Amino acid sequence: MRRSTQPSPADAVLESPESVLRLEIPPRAEFVAVARLVVSTAAKSRRSLADDKVADLTLALSEACTNAIEAHDAKDEADRVRIRVDEDDARLVVTVQDQGPGFDLMELPTHPAVTDPDRLNFERGLGIPIIRNLVDEVTFTSDSGGTTVTMILNCPPSSGGLTADAVELEEFNEMDLEAAWDDEVAP
Amino acid sequence: MDLGIEVDEGRSPFVVVAVRGEVDIATAPKLREKLVELASQGAQQVVVDLEGVEFLDSTGLGVLIGGMKRLRGLDGDLSLVCTQPRILKVFEITGLNRAFTIHETVDAAVAG
Repeated sequence: MRRSTQPSPADAVLESPESVLRLEIPPRAEFVAVARLVVSTAAKSRRSLADDKVADLTLALSEACTNAIEAHDAKDEADRVRIRVDEDDARLVVTVQDQGPGFDLMELPTHPAVTDPDRLNFERGLGIPIIRNLVDEVTFTSDSGGTTVTMILNCPPSSGGLTADAVELEEFNEMDLEAAWDDEVAP
Repeated sequence: MDLGIEVDEGRSPFVVVAVRGEVDIATAPKLREKLVELASQGAQQVVVDLEGVEFLDSTGLGVLIGGMKRLRGLDGDLSLVCTQPRILKVFEITGLNRAFTIHETVDAAVAG
C-alpha cells in the first residue's frame, strides 16, 4: 500500500518519493524503542544498507524522537510525534515531526572542545551533534507549530522484492499502535 | 523495555554496576537513580559495565556524565567497561571517549 498522496517533508528533497512508512506515537518516552524497531526494520527491508549504517540511522532516529518528546513535555496527551520514512532510487528519508513549541536553531549552545573540562557541563544537547554525525544530510525546520527533523541516507534500494520484514511492515502500517499498546501493555 | 542493573559490591573499593538492555529516554532514569543512590551511600569508585547494553543514546551519555561528575565531586570516579564498537562509537563521535576511562574488562577496571 502506498501513501504518496499526502504532502511530506520528504517531498522537498526527493523528486518522486514513495512512502514506506507512517507512524504516529504519543509523545511519551516508552514509545521511542518502538519507533527504533519499526524504522530500522523498514530501512533494512527496503534498502541495501550495511548493519552499521542501520545502527547509525537507529541512533539518529532515537535522538530525534527524544528531542521531539522533550519538546512536548507531556503538555497534551492528544499530541503526536509523526515519523515518516520515504524513499526514491537513491535515498532514504526519515522525518520526525513534533508539535512542540519549536526552537531557535541559532540559539543552540555551542559545545566546548572535547579537550575542554567545561565540556562535561553539557549533559544534554548532545543529540543534534550525534544526528549530524550519523546521517548523510540533515535539516531542521522549526517554528511555533513544531519542529521537523529530516534525515537523509544515500543508499540504493535493496535488490529483490519485498522481504519478510517488509511484509511485516505493511501489516504494521495497518495497526492502530496506541490501541495495540493499551491492549497488550497497559494494566 | 526493561533495563537490567546488577550491583556487585564485592570488589572493594570498587562498586561494579552491570547494565543490560537499551539505555534511552525511557530507561536512563533508572540508571541515574542507581548511580545517585550509590553515591549517596558512600560509593566513590564506580565501574559501569556496558557489555550487556544493546543500545545507548545521548540520554544514556548524559546519565553517565552526571554520575561521573557527582563521583568526582566526592573525590571518586566513574569508569566504564565497553568493547562493543556500536556503543563505543557514541562516545567517540561526541568526544566523550576522552572524558571517560574505558576499560576492556571489569578485571582491568578494578585493577585501577
